Amino acid sequence: MSEVSESKTAESVIPDGWEMVIGLEVHVELGTATKLFCGCANNFGDEPNTNICPTCLGLPGSLPVPNAQAIDFAMTLGRALNCTVLPSIFARKNYFYPDMPKDFQTTQYEEPTNGEGFIQLPDGRSIGIERAHIEEDTGKSTHLGGGGRIHDATATLVDYNRAGVPLVEVVSHPVMHDAETARAYVAELRDILLATGVSDARMEEGSMRVDANVSVRPVGSDELRTRCEVKNINSLRSLGRAINYEARRHVDLWTNGEEPRQQTRHWDEDGGRSTPGRSKEDADDYRYFACPDLPPLTPTAEDIAAIDAALPSLPAARRSALAVAAGVEIIDTTLTVERGLDLLVIAGIAAGADATAAMKHADQNLSDGQGQLTPASFAALLVMEADGSLSSTQVKTVLAELVANGGEPGDVAASMGFEAMDTSELESLLDRIIGDSPDEWARFVEGDRKVQGHFVGQIMKATQGKADGKVVNQLMTQRALEG
Amino acid sequence: MSSAYELAASIRSGDQSALAVVDASFDAIKERDDEIHAFLHLTKQRAQAQAKAVDETVANGGDPGPLAGVPVAIKDNMCTRGEPTTCSSKILDGWRPPYDATVIGRLEAAGAVIVGKTNLDEFAMGSSTENSAFGPTRNPHDTTRVPGGSSGGSAAAVAADFVPLSLGSDTGGSIRQPAALCGVVGVKPSYGAVSRYGLIAFASSLDQIGPFAQNVTDAALCFDVISGHDPMDATSIPTALTPTLPTLNEGVAGMRIGLIDELMGEGIDDDVIARTNQAAEALTAAGATVERVSIPATIYGLAAYYLIAPAEASSNLARFDGVRYGQRVEGQNVAAMNVATRSAGFGDEVKRRIMLGTYALSSGYYDAYYGKAQRVRTLIANEFATAYQSFDLLLSPTSPSTAFEIGAKSDPMALYMCDVCTIPSNLAGHPAMSVPFGVGDDGLPVGVQILAPMLEEARMFKAAKALEEAAKGMS
Repeated sequence: MSEVSESKTAESVIPDGWEMVIGLEVHVELGTATKLFCGCANNFGDEPNTNICPTCLGLPGSLPVPNAQAIDFAMTLGRALNCTVLPSIFARKNYFYPDMPKDFQTTQYEEPTNGEGFIQLPDGRSIGIERAHIEEDTGKSTHLGGGGRIHDATATLVDYNRAGVPLVEVVSHPVMHDAETARAYVAELRDILLATGVSDARMEEGSMRVDANVSVRPVGSDELRTRCEVKNINSLRSLGRAINYEARRHVDLWTNGEEPRQQTRHWDEDGGRSTPGRSKEDADDYRYFACPDLPPLTPTAEDIAAIDAALPSLPAARRSALAVAAGVEIIDTTLTVERGLDLLVIAGIAAGADATAAMKHADQNLSDGQGQLTPASFAALLVMEADGSLSSTQVKTVLAELVANGGEPGDVAASMGFEAMDTSELESLLDRIIGDSPDEWARFVEGDRKVQGHFVGQIMKATQGKADGKVVNQLMTQRALEG
Repeated sequence: MSSAYELAASIRSGDQSALAVVDASFDAIKERDDEIHAFLHLTKQRAQAQAKAVDETVANGGDPGPLAGVPVAIKDNMCTRGEPTTCSSKILDGWRPPYDATVIGRLEAAGAVIVGKTNLDEFAMGSSTENSAFGPTRNPHDTTRVPGGSSGGSAAAVAADFVPLSLGSDTGGSIRQPAALCGVVGVKPSYGAVSRYGLIAFASSLDQIGPFAQNVTDAALCFDVISGHDPMDATSIPTALTPTLPTLNEGVAGMRIGLIDELMGEGIDDDVIARTNQAAEALTAAGATVERVSIPATIYGLAAYYLIAPAEASSNLARFDGVRYGQRVEGQNVAAMNVATRSAGFGDEVKRRIMLGTYALSSGYYDAYYGKAQRVRTLIANEFATAYQSFDLLLSPTSPSTAFEIGAKSDPMALYMCDVCTIPSNLAGHPAMSVPFGVGDDGLPVGVQILAPMLEEARMFKAAKALEEAAKGMS
């Protein structure tokens, strides 16, 4: 998972003796056809204020009616996160904001749809999830004039297309202790969302929004110190940077004998820092209470069984299956599963392919997916490589053609004029090239391996790539030893 | 004007035109509504268009429906497409909803003709229709008196014979109490029997739309039209409801009726108690068994109600913020605009209840106030359930007194006490209705309340009809 392993930069890691405590709140927009409580289209990027009706505009007298698909998606996500699906109630979170049409948000408070669960990371660790509850999204404000924030704006434009779009907020326990783990958690959550199809999980478009609760403590302590909630994190890269920055800021404060203020902070990606937003100490009292317009949700055991039955195979299970089939560690299956090549590789191995070769090709030569390549032709091609009937260079060429247009590897190889070359043919060719480049050959014999490519390249050129690079290398080594 | 039932029959048979009937209604309003002030707005064009459509249907041999051509007045907290809908509040002055409440659609589909929007206490908060930003409504029986409230305009419109039917909303007695004070029939249906879609919410878990009528038959006819499942209201009862009209005349023989002890003593005027006792005797004479029953938790109903209803209102009324519709008073920034708009737009009683409700839901006070009130609510529902194991129906006064003088109750607590008999049904979610039964010592109408178990409207209407028959023989 290349995205997960890049952000550890020297200046961002906190000093020895300190430990980060990280909890994540991830808002996921569900990819339902319509909004959570009305029949308006749930479409990103439409003309402003076109997907609206009395209910999602909060007009006087309008009422919410729960969208069955949204409830279904939320329970599906809950089960994919190993959560317990519970009887739940909608609550109102009361505060004034112009992009929130009713001036309360319909959410879930004390009784969420999904209770305790966990995400299993590729390295085998489990990250606990406290809850995954359903709520409605707000509209989108654009503040004109001033600093682009509401308090000094000269005017505010509001687009209510997003108001009432269904969200699930996935809340982790504060059990992560470094940015890498947080990133791995979010990457895994994204893969689960894509696998279940409940969201397109695009951080850049805001269909997956990550807020990080960060605090620090001395190593060995189990206290939870004052935390800050960092918002406006728009990529996995930003997540790592924001966490490391915030943790460092907290350590510096504590080290100077100060204490961080509990507050919401805004991540500034360009500036590489967070700036204070609302202070939580003087935050609104949200006056939560059960929404009297919405009856409780009471899924039956049958409902939950049906959700479970419809769940697709999830990344963690797919990694385990591939690890068993290919005889590798789970951590080494991550890339293949992320690319969705695990079933191809497993089927290829079952059809006779060498496991190591299959994994190698999946990692190195199928970065754009399997295309038209079938497990049977994948296996047949790898057998041809193993028995030497095609060189590894030829295999790569044939593989690319199979991905692009499909077909039988034998037929494709033949149509490209590929066949195994006689070793004696290669030997006489090598003799000729040694004759043409005596200086280079002398250096090779003295042990300068850098010139090896010169000979291989010449042979490949002369044979139009039909030669097997491995065989050429063997011949050269043998000839050098012979003197 | 004839009863709704008779009007519809004569219009369907072609004896009268709907247009002539609606014009007669507008004439009556023109003649006397300057004095009564039942209406805030008349929907003349819409009414005449609907009346013509009804007449055309009749001319073409079709059936315009059970309320064919019947003029109906609507409390101005129900949305009417393109027509002003104000809740008697300055904050909604000028707003015209882009949609109809479900009940409006049901009435018109049944052939009814909406003639206008009636006055109410602002956002239905009050018991006298004095808290209207557009001035009070007067009681047609004595114009120095209040019509009750909050649906005072709808009650007065029927009592003044402007229309045979109107709709009100009842959160703590806002249909039944004005019905009693105006001498008409008023029905608070089971919670969920009538769609709330398009009813501007006061307290969502208590609000219910219901009819006012000059007689029990018309009330039953209207209830049957407006009730039933609505997919637009998630609290609407999904099962089919029993029609009430067909069994209306079955009588009360064999019914066991409980007279609620706690509502027959302190705080209730003697003449009202006397009429209620007479009603009990009339039901006994009609073959029912009437016994006293104690429902102790009813005395906590008022206190629980004045925490739950304001709490929900504080949230429901947050949306009136000047951002999207209605009045806006500009300010330095959005928050200042919100404050300026709400300060100028809401009247004192609305502000009082928003503050009460905000406080009751506040962190640290929730359990002591809102939480405890919800437990009282459960207690009341349980005690009613127990009572209904022994009784088919319950009986009580509707209002502690007959109509009082305009301006007589300036203390909010004195007004809150008006709903002491009606609030328990809202908290329990059960149906209840007020039926006129004689007059008090001042010669003004007295109403008697019949309470029924959940969804037993048909049974409730039978007893109401029996009381109505008995009252005819009194005078």
